[in-house]
Amino acid sequence: MIDFSFFLEILPKLLAGLPLTIELALTSIVAGFVLAVTLALAQQSESPFVVLPIRGFVAVFRGTPLLVQIFLTYYGLGQFRHQLSAIGLWAVFREPYWCAIIALTLNTTAYGSEILRGAIQSVPRGLVEAARSVGLSTCLTYRHVILPLAFRQALPSYGNEIILMIKGTSLASIVTLMEVTGIAQGLISQTYRAFEVFICAGAIYLTLNFAIIRALAALEYWMSRHLRHRPSTRDAAS
Amino acid sequence: MVDAFRLLGFQHGGWGAALLMAASVTVLLSVLGFALGAVFGGLAAAGRLRNSKVLRFLALGYCTVFRGVPDLLTIYLLYYGGSVALTSLGHSLGGSGFVGVPAFATGTLAIAIISGAYQAEVYRGAYLAIDQGQHDAACALGLNRLQRLRQVIFPQLLSYALPGLGNVWQLVLKDSSLISVIGLVELMRQAQIAAGSTREPFIFYIAAALLYLAIASVTGHAFYRLERKAPWRVRSA
Amino acid sequence: MKISRIAAIASVLFGLVQAAVAQETPKAITIATEGAYAPWNFTTADGKLDGFEVDLANDLCGRMKIECKIVAQDWDGMIPALTVGKFDVIMASMFITEKRLKIIDFTQPYAVDPSGFAVAKDSELGKVGISNERFKLENEASAQAAIDKLKPLLKGKIIGVQAATANLEFVKKYFSDVAEIREYKTTEQHDLDLAAGRIDALFAQQTALAATLGKPEFSDYTLAGPGFVGGLFGLGSGAGIRKEDIKLKDMLNGAIDAAIADGTIKTLSLKWLKSDVTPVK
Repeated sequence: MIDFSFFLEILPKLLAGLPLTIELALTSIVAGFVLAVTLALAQQSESPFVVLPIRGFVAVFRGTPLLVQIFLTYYGLGQFRHQLSAIGLWAVFREPYWCAIIALTLNTTAYGSEILRGAIQSVPRGLVEAARSVGLSTCLTYRHVILPLAFRQALPSYGNEIILMIKGTSLASIVTLMEVTGIAQGLISQTYRAFEVFICAGAIYLTLNFAIIRALAALEYWMSRHLRHRPSTRDAAS
Repeated sequence: MVDAFRLLGFQHGGWGAALLMAASVTVLLSVLGFALGAVFGGLAAAGRLRNSKVLRFLALGYCTVFRGVPDLLTIYLLYYGGSVALTSLGHSLGGSGFVGVPAFATGTLAIAIISGAYQAEVYRGAYLAIDQGQHDAACALGLNRLQRLRQVIFPQLLSYALPGLGNVWQLVLKDSSLISVIGLVELMRQAQIAAGSTREPFIFYIAAALLYLAIASVTGHAFYRLERKAPWRVRSA
Repeated sequence: MKISRIAAIASVLFGLVQAAVAQETPKAITIATEGAYAPWNFTTADGKLDGFEVDLANDLCGRMKIECKIVAQDWDGMIPALTVGKFDVIMASMFITEKRLKIIDFTQPYAVDPSGFAVAKDSELGKVGISNERFKLENEASAQAAIDKLKPLLKGKIIGVQAATANLEFVKKYFSDVAEIREYKTTEQHDLDLAAGRIDALFAQQTALAATLGKPEFSDYTLAGPGFVGGLFGLGSGAGIRKEDIKLKDMLNGAIDAAIADGTIKTLSLKWLKSDVTPVK
């Protein structure tokens, strides 16, 4: 029943969308990470004028579907062409590519900042106090003590968020961007063979995720190198 | 603003009633999908905790695939592939003609399969969090397998799992918006129809976002209350 | 009975989707339309389907004396959904093309309506304006000449067109070397993007474009250039059915004949589409 020649025919077509999928994911994950760190740090502030707007932003973007966010950024803001032109932003919102990047970035920022906020809070109080007592400034305490520990703590959750982002890029097809899922949809409407097309596209995503998971595992291994035993002759003998 | 009130109103030509109806479809779809997903998730978690290599492999495969593939792909696969499979199954049982699956059923199944993969992880983690002593104590009391599960393990498992399940529920609620692509008129789809028909996408997507937010916060609060109430140990009845 | 059972089993064994058995007269059918292609078919605020094809579908069902249910279905899943039996008939301004005929069958056309461009009035193509010429793609020389005239006017522009349509195939074949082509799930979405100024031109059926341009926010846009029919666009818009529903095809063809003969199609088309799209036999 399985027609391998058909798989071979559609695979290159689907792979042609992979660079766009990766580009969308990478740009929004990197930009989102920078913003998430900023928001997580800002949330350590005591001022409600800083904390409350951030909480609001996080609640809105975590409480609504990504699909709504993409539609709102693309079609919703498309209504305000003249206002956006007036402030020089239309050039950005005119392009479906940037609209998708903006929606994806804001979405991952909201989730990422929550992950990082939790991780920062999980750093033991004693360590922070120890750092302060040896004379490190707030800035240096964050740089050398809190953030490195928080990042390692956050890594597994952040890894999940990255996979969710890869999955999220599939929604870009809805605003005319022909990434892997968009191409898959096109192929189905041409060939009417949903099963084969989706198995093939699914395999591409799984391979991509697998590569990311391996890379993150390597990163985690590297970040926890101080926790591992140094091999010694005594350990080996026992 | 006046325009927005008119468009979202309940009088003739206003989309308010349609949006609220669609929001209830979203809730129903999410609840049913989540409940069926609990069955899939429970089975997959049990499979992963078994000694059988085959079962472990199948359960792990299920979780990996449906957590890794975009949900949009899964939904399309079930929508088109599901009907084809059911139709040929119908044929093999001697029927002729087509077996059509309504979008609501497909949507529920899609959400169940996707959320089941996430729920499996939650149940597995919760099961592993239960102290080994609890199993031993239950055995020592002479409870049989079913009694042990029902009276000792299950209540604890649920209270360990609740926070994770709350997260999966939020995921399900948002995922339900993707069912709009197969033509089910739930909240997202209704907003799209209204946006296209009135050419006022901004108002309608904001309205949809607010409704999702409202549903998410009300149900999120319910989960929070449940967590607070959940017994850590078996309640003495 | 026994024979049909055997035929059904055989159809599974030979991998056929459905055997041509049990051709009884259908008593009730489900007709799918897109509900997002005004004025051919669209969805009103109270969620009802309306438009030329919805009226026509009801008229045809009345003539065939069978019960009809009209449902909405996304365009890009229309044909797969028909083949797996989610509904029995497509009436969604679907052109009868060679490619589609490989998968499904069609009735005779109930409407023939040329496809063309809509652009801003002050664009190069907009200044040329609308011509009432119709080019048949079968007459390759004259059609190619018309296309060659359009090409320089669309150079570097972005054309929005609905995915999985003959319109998309047409612009891809003839204009992808000069213009960027963007695919949309629904025509309402490319209308929104034209209004937003994200794209420079639309390519769709001229009646649908005319209806879009009738809205106030499109006062700066116009239909432009000639209309194209035939060839890629097939025979016009027909009702899509599964290949094995021969009886249903006969019934629909009969009803369409009658609706053409007594002027119903003309009346409905003037009411909804503002021009007569009755197929010329």
